[in-house]
Amino acid sequence: MNKVSHLVPQTPNPEICNFRVGDRIRVHVRVIEGDKERIQPFEGDVIGIHGMQENRTFMVRKISSGVGVERIFPFNSPKVAKVELIREGLVRRAKLYYLRGLSGKAAKIKDKNLI
Amino acid sequence: MSGLIGKKLGMSAVYTKDGVRIPVTVIQAGPCPVTAVRTLENNGYQAVQLGFEELPENRAKKLNKPESGFFNKLNTKAVRVLKEFRVSSAGEYSVGQVLDVSVFKEGDKIKVSGKSKGKGFQGVMVRHNFGGVGGTTHGQSDRLRAPGSIGASSYPSRVFKGQRMAGRTGHDNVTVRNLQVVQVMPETNLILVKGAIPGAVNSIVKLIKQ
Repeated sequence: MNKVSHLVPQTPNPEICNFRVGDRIRVHVRVIEGDKERIQPFEGDVIGIHGMQENRTFMVRKISSGVGVERIFPFNSPKVAKVELIREGLVRRAKLYYLRGLSGKAAKIKDKNLI
Repeated sequence: MSGLIGKKLGMSAVYTKDGVRIPVTVIQAGPCPVTAVRTLENNGYQAVQLGFEELPENRAKKLNKPESGFFNKLNTKAVRVLKEFRVSSAGEYSVGQVLDVSVFKEGDKIKVSGKSKGKGFQGVMVRHNFGGVGGTTHGQSDRLRAPGSIGASSYPSRVFKGQRMAGRTGHDNVTVRNLQVVQVMPETNLILVKGAIPGAVNSIVKLIKQ
């Protein structure tokens, strides 16, 4: 356990909603191009949450034009502007790496609220 | 030039506005009372002696006479650590003055000295970065981490002084230069320094502004 984390001021981003592994989320990423800043959404399934405190990250997987894309975001990074919950998923595992080997309907996560 | 005595508390990370993660070491720095001033006239060199960490009552009582006499004369509370810092003009300092983290500011380059972690008796691979003796075939065994040859034969018929061998490792004085101050927190006397510093958690370090 990291004993110094509480000494370093961390401000949790209030725009990040509560989500769990298996949920479909939309991450609003701050992208800086030259001197302009814009927001780019990245929508996908949360396939894992790693670390704790200031080192906590979440991993989002989506299928973009037939290709699987995974991105890892730190919870504390100012580049994550906002996280929206799209739908809650029903999963039995903490890490959904098995999705990488699946495609089509098999790679779909069941909706928690439809069961 | 200014410096402080500090205590390594551990490591953490902060993010910049651009989203860059900076690994930082959290150091409790000061407050440090000036306990003595060394001047050219009296001592032949210029330095200030700083104290760090007040002793709790029960420990302060157990000091021997020379020690308690030193602090009684200064009329200050007894401290655990005393260290000297060379300065260019000792006249700026006076005994009883208290220095705190505000001597440093964000963006400063500092150097940090401390005792590295003791590793005990280590072989040459850990202690001197030797590569070991390669190759496990051709009947060779038990030589993977060996030092290899330590010298020639009939001439000089001895091992040269300074030949690097296995032995006690770590617990050395180590200084890391050009460390950047990421944040200074005067209310809690904490300072965040980019990167790692020598020593274990709770070890005493010397911080010097470059």
